[in-house]
Amino acid sequence: MGITKQFPGVLANDDISFAARRREVHCLLGENGAGKSTLISILSGMVRPDAGEIRVGGDVARIDSPRAALERGVGTVYQHSTLVPALTVLENLLLGESRGLRLNAEAGRKRLAEVAATLGVDVDADAPAGQLALGRQQQVEIVKALWRGSRVLILDEPTSMLTPQGVAELQKVLRRLKETGIAVIFITHKLHEALAVADRITILRAGRVVGALDTAELAASSPGEVQAQIVRLMFGEESRAVADVAELRTDLEGDQAPLDARPPDADVLLDLLRVSARAVGGFDPGIEDLSLRLREGEIIGVAGMDGNGQRALAEVIAGERPRTAGEIRLYGAPVQRLDVSARQKLGLRYVTDDRMGEGIVTSLPISLNLFLKRIGQRPFWRHGRIERRSVEREAQSLVEAFDVRTPSVSTRAGALSGGNVQKVVLARELSFDPKVVVFHKPTYGLDLRTTRTVRDMIRGLARSGGAALVISTDLDELLDLCGRIFVLSRGRLVGEVENGPNAGERVGELMVGAGDVVAA
Amino acid sequence: MTDVTTETTLSPETRAPVQRAAPRRRFVADALDVVVRSIVPVLLALGAGAILLLALGRDPITFYSNVWKGGIELTAWQDSAVRAAPLLLIAVGLVVVFRANIWNLGYNGQFLLGAALISGLGPRLVGSEPRWFALVVLFVVAGAAGAAWTLLPAVLKARYETNEIITTLMMSFIGVGIANILIKGPFQDPTVNIPQTRVLPLDKMLPAIPGTRIHIAVLMALAAALLVHFVLTRTSFGLRLQILGANPRAARHVGLKVPRLIVMSFLVSGLLVGMAAAADILGTWGYVRANWNPAYGDTVIPFVFLARLNALALIPFVIFYAVLSTGGDLATQQANLPTDFLLVLVALILLFMTVIEYLGRRRALGASYLTPGLEQALRYSSRRRKASE
Repeated sequence: MGITKQFPGVLANDDISFAARRREVHCLLGENGAGKSTLISILSGMVRPDAGEIRVGGDVARIDSPRAALERGVGTVYQHSTLVPALTVLENLLLGESRGLRLNAEAGRKRLAEVAATLGVDVDADAPAGQLALGRQQQVEIVKALWRGSRVLILDEPTSMLTPQGVAELQKVLRRLKETGIAVIFITHKLHEALAVADRITILRAGRVVGALDTAELAASSPGEVQAQIVRLMFGEESRAVADVAELRTDLEGDQAPLDARPPDADVLLDLLRVSARAVGGFDPGIEDLSLRLREGEIIGVAGMDGNGQRALAEVIAGERPRTAGEIRLYGAPVQRLDVSARQKLGLRYVTDDRMGEGIVTSLPISLNLFLKRIGQRPFWRHGRIERRSVEREAQSLVEAFDVRTPSVSTRAGALSGGNVQKVVLARELSFDPKVVVFHKPTYGLDLRTTRTVRDMIRGLARSGGAALVISTDLDELLDLCGRIFVLSRGRLVGEVENGPNAGERVGELMVGAGDVVAA
Repeated sequence: MTDVTTETTLSPETRAPVQRAAPRRRFVADALDVVVRSIVPVLLALGAGAILLLALGRDPITFYSNVWKGGIELTAWQDSAVRAAPLLLIAVGLVVVFRANIWNLGYNGQFLLGAALISGLGPRLVGSEPRWFALVVLFVVAGAAGAAWTLLPAVLKARYETNEIITTLMMSFIGVGIANILIKGPFQDPTVNIPQTRVLPLDKMLPAIPGTRIHIAVLMALAAALLVHFVLTRTSFGLRLQILGANPRAARHVGLKVPRLIVMSFLVSGLLVGMAAAADILGTWGYVRANWNPAYGDTVIPFVFLARLNALALIPFVIFYAVLSTGGDLATQQANLPTDFLLVLVALILLFMTVIEYLGRRRALGASYLTPGLEQALRYSSRRRKASE
């Protein structure tokens, strides 16, 4: 059968062994922190294993650089695009060529047609890479990974940037690839994806292989049994605590009634009336003429690919970015002139997506990080002077209430893990009477236990008379949480979908429709 | 190695970070860290200086004992204390901005402009007004001049994010130039041919503590260091500056008025630098000569970093340098060396500081001389690079 890889004894990957075979999609399933990324880094030559060996086609392969990986026939498609946006598709593909000084465009064109035909995709060689829709960009990435005749293709969380339609197209491509005899390694943390594409599944937990299911086993049992078995393997005794998290369900849509039976006459808490805000840099288009109404008890989702104005929307509501037109009303009263801490005090909160970069100050203790938005306010500061004792006391109780795992409140926030940092940010934003909270990618990069905790907090907020606006690129998350989902594209809301059966597809269509505009 | 198979209730994300050593051991470790990072570079520099002296055919023991004699013994310590006053004020002024990750490098211009203004106005003012009133006014004038000279770079940075390293340096050159024009022009002492200002009468200068030569500006400098330390560590303004320095994006996120903070810290910094000029002119010199530029800020910067931007820790370091430079006058003279040899020692301190810092980084030896902002920027970019790989 051919291709085998073995790694006995690797740091962060502890003695992981698995074999990817020709004509098979081998799924590596595990939650964040299970060691998937390290494994990919090793396979693609970014990191060297401390022990163990990789065999390609039976021979031991020394993969000590990305170039070596390609030469041994291992191509990798990373989660985020590595294409140079300003260059054309062809130029991007020729970037890796080192033979000869001149770029051989003709040979390149031929090779591109060849690879594209195998994949069954249609790629315009002369289009600038940056103008392609994300699904197309990913196809180019796959072409790039196969450029030198790879026999193994690694896909790292390939669906994270795709619409449901894009995922379907990717699955088609994967089928074609299998037929050509390539071994595909598909990395994901979502169970339903794994079940949809995999011929074989290896489950990782805490750096170890904790279980494997082969084709026969997958075919023999019912989806429900397979799901239960995998969840048990992924989480052991913990499985009951996470079993109903969206990432682990196989049937996402229509399996539960929309969460908020939205009373149409509930009080309007937040009202955006034709709000616009300026663009910042090339990747942030700002927002334009955007209206949105959030009622008490509601959880509204905002879907869309990254860089379509999500940040601008969140920042305008939070008061970080001035609006250039329109009105923002909180409980019916305009707040656009109030600053961040004034809005914070009124119960309008913002949980940022960039929790490490701007959510916390890593060099400050946790206790101060919990009150960053209340500097100078009583009872934590009196006459400009900090009241250490009241800060520490309040911090202690917040740390306990939000279950932040830390030795003490005076520990530097930078010493915390990502999940605990998110809990610190949540503790800051969800304490002292939160009413309207903007969550920007609230569970991105978190393990499933924390993910579940965070989603429960969001639901709890809505149940207790608040309202939440969840901005996320993860459609599954929005389908799990929200009653209504808006689609944001190039700074405008291009549509609204009521959550329910087929809501995912309809959101995807709206996103794709917008994607075509980008490509045109 | 990950080994959580026996602890299945804790996933890697939610596990508490590894507990640091117990508090007492941590205190010892911290103290050791301070010694290694702050004092060792000084000792190494003195050692290397000794080797250099040997190579030059001088006796290092005589040299250093002369430094001791000239800087400490008898009443020499009082001269050292007087010399420390302007150095400490400038150093504290730099701490205020450096903490916010703002680089006010225009201290020479700010200092000389303040010095020129008060040595020009001083003789007139002390002649017509009561001594105390005149001295207070002169301090205010010098402080205001220093602060005013930071205003343009401050506003440019606050509004347009202009790089303040460049603008403050440029303003510094302009300030030095204007100071010289003032000294040679309107403030020129008409009774002499040398380009200098009129000299303040001795009995009109800053009063000294009875029985010593230590004037009250020395006490003011110490008070300023204590006050700045208090403000930076205990007040909301200090915390805001610290956040701005550690993570400007977080500062924006939590709604700090960043432009206002930038201007405020610049003004405070310039004020302290200007006051340093007042302390030096009114306490020691009494006049300014054209093209005089003691460049106190340049010599004091290494110590600002050695003290790790801590105003309290600055006091011993500045006193150390004041002793070195006061005693160094005698020692270099005796050894027939130019006084610039002292700058060699300062440069050696800087060198060893960098070496220790490098080694410390490699061994992850606690905190760094880098401001948290710079460090975070470095770490953030490397993390992003890793993430994109």
